[in-house]
Order: sequence, then C-alpha cells, then structure tokens
Amino acid sequence: MDTGSYKTFLCEVILGGKTKFDAREEELLTVIRKERISRPIIFIGMGTCGLVAGADHTFSMIQKYLAGRDIDADIVSTGCIGFCNSEPIVDIQLPGKTRIAFKKITEDKVNSLLDDIFHGIISEEQVLWQFRSDLLKPWDKIPFSDEIPFFRYQHRVVLGNTGIIDPFSIEEYIAKGGFRAYIKSITSYSPDQVCDIIDQSGLRGRAGGGFSSGKKWKSALASKEEIKYLICNAEESDQGAFMDRAIIEGDPFRIMEGIAIASYATGVSKAIIYIRSEYHTAIERLIGAIKNMKDYGLSGEKIWGTNFNLQIEIRQSPGTFICGEETALINTLEGKRGMPRHKPPYPVHSGLFNKPTLVNNVETLANVASIIEYGPKWFYSIGTVTSKGTKVFSISGNVNHIGLVEVKMGTTLKDIIYTIAGGMKEDKKIKAVHIGGPLGSSLPADCLDTKICYESLKEKDAEMGSGGLIVLNENNCMIDLVHYFMNFMQKQSCGKCIPCREGTRRMSEIFDHIIHKPVDHVNHTALDRFRGVIQLEALSEVMKDTSLCGFGVSAPNPFLSILKYFRKEFEEHLFDRKCRAGVCKELRLFMINIDQCTGCSICAKKCPENAIIGTPKSPYFIVEEKCTGCGICSEVCAFGAVYLK
Amino acid sequence: MAELDKILAKYPDKQRESLIQILQDVQSGFGFISEEAILTIGSHLDLPTSKIYGLATFYEQFRFKPKGKYHLQVCGGTSCHISPLSIQKELEKLINLKDGEITSDGLFSLEVVSCIGACGHSPLLIINNKYHTDITISKLKSIIQQLKKED
Repeated sequence: MDTGSYKTFLCEVILGGKTKFDAREEELLTVIRKERISRPIIFIGMGTCGLVAGADHTFSMIQKYLAGRDIDADIVSTGCIGFCNSEPIVDIQLPGKTRIAFKKITEDKVNSLLDDIFHGIISEEQVLWQFRSDLLKPWDKIPFSDEIPFFRYQHRVVLGNTGIIDPFSIEEYIAKGGFRAYIKSITSYSPDQVCDIIDQSGLRGRAGGGFSSGKKWKSALASKEEIKYLICNAEESDQGAFMDRAIIEGDPFRIMEGIAIASYATGVSKAIIYIRSEYHTAIERLIGAIKNMKDYGLSGEKIWGTNFNLQIEIRQSPGTFICGEETALINTLEGKRGMPRHKPPYPVHSGLFNKPTLVNNVETLANVASIIEYGPKWFYSIGTVTSKGTKVFSISGNVNHIGLVEVKMGTTLKDIIYTIAGGMKEDKKIKAVHIGGPLGSSLPADCLDTKICYESLKEKDAEMGSGGLIVLNENNCMIDLVHYFMNFMQKQSCGKCIPCREGTRRMSEIFDHIIHKPVDHVNHTALDRFRGVIQLEALSEVMKDTSLCGFGVSAPNPFLSILKYFRKEFEEHLFDRKCRAGVCKELRLFMINIDQCTGCSICAKKCPENAIIGTPKSPYFIVEEKCTGCGICSEVCAFGAVYLK
Repeated sequence: MAELDKILAKYPDKQRESLIQILQDVQSGFGFISEEAILTIGSHLDLPTSKIYGLATFYEQFRFKPKGKYHLQVCGGTSCHISPLSIQKELEKLINLKDGEITSDGLFSLEVVSCIGACGHSPLLIINNKYHTDITISKLKSIIQQLKKED
C-alpha cells in the first residue's frame, strides 16, 4: 500500500472519530507510524542546524551507499531534535528493532556506520540513544532516550514530534494523533466553546508579553466584522532564539493545526504565516504542509462538511527586528515600512487593513491542539500558579549541550543549565545567563534558583522574552555584551518615536566611549564618557516611560540589568579602565617582562601604533598612552615576554 | 528588462501591498535591486520612487549593490558575537571588506545577517549558501586564500 491509499483510511477511520480499532486497522496504524517496517529506515536530522553541520552531504552519501550496494532502505529527513552540537544526527531503524541515534555522522563516517549496523554492530563512540517502543526489540546496553538527562528532565509537548516524525508526511502526523483536535473542534464545539477551553487552560502568549491567549481570542471572536485575519508570527528575530524555526521544521502540521483551530475559534477564514525569509527550510516545509492539508480537505471551503472555510498563506518577512512587533508586522503586510502603530486600537479590534486581526506566536499556536485533545485541566495542571504549561528555550553559549529544551513552567534555571544542558563547557565558572534576547536581561550566577515563570522572572527584573537563553562564563564581558545589544538596537530602531530613536543611539555612543580608549583630548571623549554615564539611568527612564512600542520600552533592559547585578564590573570599566574578561581590547594593557625579553625587536616592528620602543638586544618597553591593546605584540613574541597587566 | 516585466505581470492588481513581494522577487531574480528596477516598479504601482527606495532601505533584506562572485554572509547573533573570533573584523583586516560592500575586484561581497540560529556551530560563515562552521582565524585565512586561488 503506498502512502496515497492511506488517505481514505486516515480520513474515515482516524479522523472520523473512531476510538477502538480492529486488528487490521491497528496494524495499518503501526505501519504508518513506522513501527512495523519491512525494510530499514535511515532518518537524518535535516533541520537548519543539521544542514549547517553538513547533513545534506551525509544524505547524498547515504544515498550513494545504498545504491552502490543495492540495499533496499528508506531515507527520511526529519527536523532537529534539539541536540544541536551533535548534528548531523542519523537514526537507523532496522525491521523489528528499535530506532537508534548516532551523533556527528558527517559524510566521511557514513560508510563505516552503515557497514557496522547492517552487520548488527554498533559503534559505541557515536551512539547517542535508542527510542523506547513496546512493539520493537531494544538493542543491548544502549540507553533509552528517556533515560539520558537531556530528555529525562524535559517535558516535551510542543516538541513532542520534533526530530522524530517525517515533517513532510501528513499521514504520520495523523497516525500519531494529529488533526483529531481540529476535527473535534469544528464538528463538536462552537467557536465560543473553543475560546473557553483555551481560556480555562491558562495559556499565555509565548512571544514574551504573556497575555492570556483565551482572552485575546475572545475579543477577536466578539468582533462582528465579516472579514477577520489571523497572523501566525514566525518573525523570530531575537538573536540566539531558534525555537519557532525548529518547531516549524520538525513538526509543521502541529502549527497548521493550531492555526486552523484558532481560525475556527475566532471566526477567521484567512490565516497568514509571517516568517523570516532566511528560514528557507521552514518555508519549504510549510508550503508542503499547506498543500497536504488541502489534499486532505483540512483547508479550503466547507471543511469536513461544516460551514468553516480556511485559507492559509505564507508571507516572507523582509527582515528587521521590529517586524516581530505585531503592529509593525501588520504595516509590513500592507506594503508599508514596518513601524509600530499606536495602541489602542489593538489589532484584535483594528489590524490588517483595519480589520480585526489575531496575532499569535508560533509556540502559542503549537500548544493549542494538545489543549483541545487532552482538555484544559490537563494543561492547567502543568506549571506554576500563574504560568501554565511548558516553555521551549533555545539554550546557547558556553554550555555542553547547545540546543532546544522544553521544560515545565517552574523549572529553575539551574536545572536547565546543569541537568539538561549538561553544565558548563570545559567546567568553567558560570558568570551570567542572558534571558530574552537583545531586549532581555542578564541574571548573575546567584540568581540561578529563579524559576521559569512570567512573574518570578519579573521579580528579578527579567522577562521571559521569546525563549533565548545565553549562558556566559568568566571569559565573557558583560559591558561588551550590552554594547553589542545597544549597537544592534540602535540599528534596528525604526525611527518613528524620538525616545527610542535618539535614546538607543545615545546609549550606544555612551557605551562606545566606555569600551574604547579616548582618541584624543580635543574631542573630550573622556569627559563625554562620564557625562554619558551620569545620564544613562535617566535616559533609560525616559525611554521606558515615553517610547511608543515595547521595543523602546525594553531597550534599556540589558543595561539596567548589568547595573543592578554587575555594577562592580561596570565601574571597573569606567574608573579603573579595566576589562576583567580581557574582551574589551582597547582596555587591555600589555607589558614586557624585562627578564624574558631578548630585544629581538619583532614586537616593535609589528606594532601598528609604534607604541613599543627600545634598542635591539636590550629589553623593549611599551608606551602606555600609545598602546591600543590590539595584542599583536603578544602574538608575535617568540619568548613569551609580553603579558597582560 | 523582460525578466522584470515577467515579475510585475505576477501582480496585475497593482496594489501597494504587493510592493514588498515584488521587491523580494526582483532581488531573488537579479541578486540586488537596481535603480532601473525601482523606476519600473514605481510606474507599475504608480508610486513615487522615493517611497519605494525609502521602504526598501528600511528593511534589511534588500541590497542595492550586486553580489560579488563569493557572497559572504556573517551571522550577527549573540553566540557568534561572544565566541573569541569576530569574523567581521578579521575580514575587514584581511580583504578590507565591510558590511554591504563589495571588493574592488568584484570577488567578495559581505553581508551581516541576523542570527541564523545555528548557535551550536558558532562562529558561522556562509559563502554562496554553503555553511562553514566553527571558524578559527587560520580556517578563515585558508578559506579566503583558497577562494582567491581558485579565481
């Protein structure tokens, strides 16, 4: 039976609402779920992080291997499972045996891996885990995925299928329980009831604001306008955040189902997915998913015999950080500059083309199907008093396992970093965790007991943001990080309101003065530095009070957080002109050890500032005023005589 | 400019809301947005060219200079920033190339893109859509030399 003929079975039996299956149906389901297979399947993680690591070369190498040896096997490309440093990850499932995952299978390792596994041998160096299954025989002495800490302490709802299922196969998604919630919603619930369920579940927007999704949906439904829009916001532009992309690449149908349910619940018949144009792989998978849904009659006119119509369209964002803000995004869709609008009116009342528009983030929508499927009480029971459900984080920086984690609300930062992400790289000491991208805050090591929850983070003057976690160690400079964010924000400010446009620019300039050496005394840069620093806090307050949108309001956050938690380091930069991490190059001061210097004169020749003087064959000397801290002298010295003061 | 007319023919309703999509199509077809293209789009949509240029420069996706033979994209994300090597600075030192510019021989062009989200492999350099991961200074130098030699 080919995949095409599964359609009738899936539509009539599974989506038809049948809950008890006969033996033949059960068997068919296990086939579609890839549990009962007749020939080996090789799965390759082909999400963006896999592709970056060379998964496409691995893919063609595997094809070549199979063709060259006349082996009958299927190759399936999946999304990213979230274990990004081990990419390219290749999973192999032999008939009757459990699926087993291998790490770092670059093209040169394909031959030996496949030679071994087809002879029943497993290379212990590369094996990661095997997936648990009741139907299949496990491999000996290989840990199950739910036994290794990375997965054991996660609670995967949104990421449940990511990296496991075939993102191009609607059949597999349906066979694993997909789209049942959608059919149930449109056939057994009224839009009101669906909104109620979402409201009761306690789901809050996952883009950072944390507004109740149920309330937002209800206001959209309450509007009596004939034309309404739904926008799925996949403009994920926070640096170091890649959750939304991974969800779309790994499990596009889950987003589609969320969009479809949300559209039904709010009376929308046109949904738009607004996605970053750089997300080629995600876009490709969304296009496939939209086509599949149409084929299965899950979108289009009079869906499933009801009066519900739905059209889903993809629009690529021309890119700019501010387009993630909902009103700026709407302006972009109208063909204007992506500048935020005044709120109120809120988009749910007057949005795209002045019609009511519901804007929801990818992760928010990805939660919807499970809430309908398992009920609001199930969702409400996960998490803390005020924050329900789970949150996906993309964790990067100086930790052992960079990747995606999904945890229950209420999990501490310490658990995420040390238990799930495997602790610090090279066992270095943790200095800070930056949460929430360029508009977020840095929390110091003694705040690691903070729980993931909208309110408890706010108590520490941090915000959840969209879910980027960057872990910093002693070799990272907090001032440099803020300077980097300020520089970024100054470029990204849309320029509509003055506090943000001028404020971000001034802040960026002040930080320029802090991390650079004064160029000369004519321009009074040293004076500017002190004057600027005195004004920084007042400037932040003005920006927070008077900016038009959340961008300007949150822009001072990184600065305010280092002022609160890393004041000493800030003052060292300011008064001692010293960067303890050695990152701010211009604040470095090099010295020459007279006992080790042989007077070879190479440093003096290479110094771009002519800051090193001396006579050959006797020790040289660095003129402090001229030195820019570039470090070339220390790189070229063959005797190790140049050291950092 | 037959190709440009073909793109414009896809948007017969001449609505302002199609402007960004037209610009995206032009860029993917030609690699950049030329002055001529802006003039033609302007007369198609009946919009002043100043409006179109103003809009196009607002967004990061659009470029107004052709790409070099090797188009280098550097990830500007935080993870790449906190890694010890700044590719952008090194490129400026090595081949005097800055963001949005092209070298005088037309060989290299540079674009700093917002975070690619491949933070597990930082710092990241993309050359003509091919990924180069975990870049070190020696790796970068040998890549550039290799490309120069190939030319």
